[in-house]
Amino acid sequence: MFIRARLLATAAVAALALTTAPLSAETPPDTFIQAWAIDDMITLDPAEVFEFTASEIIGNSYETIIGYEVDDVSKIFGRVAESWELSEDGKTMSFTVRQGKKFASGNDLSAEDVVYSLVRAVKLDKSPAFILGQFGLTPDNVEEKVKQTGDYSFTLEMDKAYAPTFLLYCLTATVAAVVDKDLVQSNEVDGDWGYNWLKTNYAGSGPYTIREWRANEAVVMERNDNWDGERPAMARSIYRHIPEAATERLLLEQGDIDIARKLLPEEIEALSQNPDIKIQSGVKGTIFYLGLNQKNEHLAKPEVREAMKWLVDYDAIAETLVKGMKKKHQTFLPEGFLGALDENPYSFDPAKAKDLLAKAGLPDGFTVTMDTRNTPEVTSIAQAIQQTMAAAGITLEIIPGDGGQTLEKYRARTHDIYIGQWGPDYQDPHTNATFAQNPDNSDTAASKPLAWRNAWEIPELTAKADAAVLERDAEKRAQMYREMQEEVLATSPFVIMFQESEVVAMRKNVEGYIIGPSFNDNSFRAVTK
Amino acid sequence: MTGTPQIGRGRKGALFLWLWKGVKVALTVAVTFLGLLLVTFAISRFMSVDPVLRAVGDRASQSTYDAMFLEMGLDRPVWEQFWIYLTNVLSGDLGSSFLTKRPVIDDLARVFPATVELATVGIVIGTLFGIPLGVISAVKQGRAIDQIVRVLGLVGYSAPIFWLGLLGLLLFYAQLGWVAGPGRIDIAHEYSFTATTGLLLLDSAMQGAWAAFGNALSHIILPGALLGYFSMAYISRMTRSFMLAELAQEYVTTARVKGVPEWRIIWVHALRNAAVPLVTVVALSYAGLLEGSVLTETVFAWPGLGLYLTNSLQVADMNAVLGGTLVIGAVFVSLNLLSDLLYTLLDPRTRRQVRP
Repeated sequence: MFIRARLLATAAVAALALTTAPLSAETPPDTFIQAWAIDDMITLDPAEVFEFTASEIIGNSYETIIGYEVDDVSKIFGRVAESWELSEDGKTMSFTVRQGKKFASGNDLSAEDVVYSLVRAVKLDKSPAFILGQFGLTPDNVEEKVKQTGDYSFTLEMDKAYAPTFLLYCLTATVAAVVDKDLVQSNEVDGDWGYNWLKTNYAGSGPYTIREWRANEAVVMERNDNWDGERPAMARSIYRHIPEAATERLLLEQGDIDIARKLLPEEIEALSQNPDIKIQSGVKGTIFYLGLNQKNEHLAKPEVREAMKWLVDYDAIAETLVKGMKKKHQTFLPEGFLGALDENPYSFDPAKAKDLLAKAGLPDGFTVTMDTRNTPEVTSIAQAIQQTMAAAGITLEIIPGDGGQTLEKYRARTHDIYIGQWGPDYQDPHTNATFAQNPDNSDTAASKPLAWRNAWEIPELTAKADAAVLERDAEKRAQMYREMQEEVLATSPFVIMFQESEVVAMRKNVEGYIIGPSFNDNSFRAVTK
Repeated sequence: MTGTPQIGRGRKGALFLWLWKGVKVALTVAVTFLGLLLVTFAISRFMSVDPVLRAVGDRASQSTYDAMFLEMGLDRPVWEQFWIYLTNVLSGDLGSSFLTKRPVIDDLARVFPATVELATVGIVIGTLFGIPLGVISAVKQGRAIDQIVRVLGLVGYSAPIFWLGLLGLLLFYAQLGWVAGPGRIDIAHEYSFTATTGLLLLDSAMQGAWAAFGNALSHIILPGALLGYFSMAYISRMTRSFMLAELAQEYVTTARVKGVPEWRIIWVHALRNAAVPLVTVVALSYAGLLEGSVLTETVFAWPGLGLYLTNSLQVADMNAVLGGTLVIGAVFVSLNLLSDLLYTLLDPRTRRQVRP
């Protein structure tokens, strides 16, 4: 009986071994394979895309009206647009569209497609539509405001004479990507602007086409032979959904993927020792901060607000917990933006904080809660802050919750302190004026910027932010943002701590991968391996 | 006088009994599903998650938010929302996922085969190893081999699958290179055949794409073996206790006295009787695996039902959650019915009870 059992077991093991012949651990030479977490993707329609992953995919498969240099954001150039001119009154911008461009479908790209794309985005009114709405474009008036004036020309009329760079930067956002009008229209059902079709399909003109998106599994992209730029070396580019960082690391070390995108500091550290792997990083515009709700009687005191800024050990966190992934940054404009101020006056100083608390009538500190997203990174930063705050007698109670739960409280202004991040929507400084603008502090306000979420009433600062967006002289405008940053730095209920970097690890043979300041600037069209 | 009609009543009665049994099963199934949907619906409604916010994102304007609120039908009373959903389900429409905006049925058709494939490999491994080990352990009760099997079972029971999975990857994939890594199939093989059933092993084998078959097998063997180990732990323990009960029966003593060879007594006489309750154990283990194992699916980047359901649940994607729950309910109900059926086949006594 035992002989039989042993025979059976041996046979089973042998069968297992036979089926698993040695594997070639190498990705196909013409295919670029990335591992990332793509579970936040909800759509492939440029009029709706707002997620990191999807906007990167749009950035590599569609073309926007305007572009900028990824290593110097201040250098703007036309992508689909060839040139532009502002009218005398500063309210109407006339664009000329490049001739000879084709969509992946083979259709010609003309001003008709550009106008259709802008009108479509405003009419659909999805999340990113507000970027165009800032210029007074509404679903009701957009057809009068954005007009085709020739086969290769169109005009865009704004409600005010905004800073021209403000408009141009907004036209670099994915919401201003040009879609193939004929193709989209042929898939329109019941006047839906092709929305239900484009969610999972592709109608662009960029370096790659989107062949397939399998939710939580993969995105398969293929080289677009109709693209007018330099032909990409990779015929295919594939995103694989690998949510586990440790798994990504294994795959990369084995050579089953070319690049790992969602790694934690410990994986980066380990991979940097591997001679087959190289690490690349790039600064992103995302700001990491604490929001102190002014509805809390303690946090509303100016001395307490300042004290909190002296109670974070910025350097220790940056050097240990988030090494390489975040760097110390205390102003509300990320580096690289027009008018960004490179000033970090605060450091961990419990004595100074205690003095300030005593002045506020709270010499023994107080107890306060912080809504904290329960990811390992945010939790570890929150715990570090909890310890340093205790040095001045402040008892910080951490309330863990998932991303949605903490955000809901934040949006309803029922938090004490919120720890979180803010990423710019486009590369113009106005996108971060949300820290310095609060036109209506009532609970029923129509506009709810971050200053509103923390109930910070600032009529003067709001007026400055409104003026800055209308200033057409770039240097004057930069100066206005510098002043606003100084004021926010000194008085605001925002403890701005870090600016994020994106760190990726790739096989040594991969060249030409670009990490841009925002996700839609991340580019693999020049990748070789 | 009473004899003849009784026979007639008996025949009609048999038919009636069968019918009644059918109706009872159908009613049970219907009530089970209704209860399942009701509870899931209630839970997702009382969860402290705002599905609208999840669908439109943090940057959405109030008007976009309000539009989505109406689109999701959240302005209607809860009972009405449930009623609308129920009538749709009855007409075969599971609705669209709020998140992917695709029909839930399409999503399920994509993720469920992945889970079925993995679970099947798992249960085959679990049964093939679990039953013999359980039998041996029962026969050699208290001896070294029994202790080893029991410890193996205990480890299988208590070790976190997440940890075991990573360890397995590290050893068999990273160090030894015996198996392929996370994922279902390598890119190079992905387009060498068409996925018709979604079961990659079946599809590739039917189309003769043997290289792809080997690759898919190499991908599935590790997570499959891992799940197999877990069900093996359970199956071997249950087999052991069923066998111990059987081996203590008088018919075993009788057989021994009659001089029936020991291996025949164990593997034929006793195991055949122990097999009856084992069917339920195996069916339930299989059903458990078919729910999808979230952690295994995460570690092995396996796009299955468990991962889909968890993701949907976290964003309160109602239709997707309810659709997934229905699938799991259907799996449990049908496997239960199947094991009932197997019972009647394996155990003559249950057959007799049905026949009047």
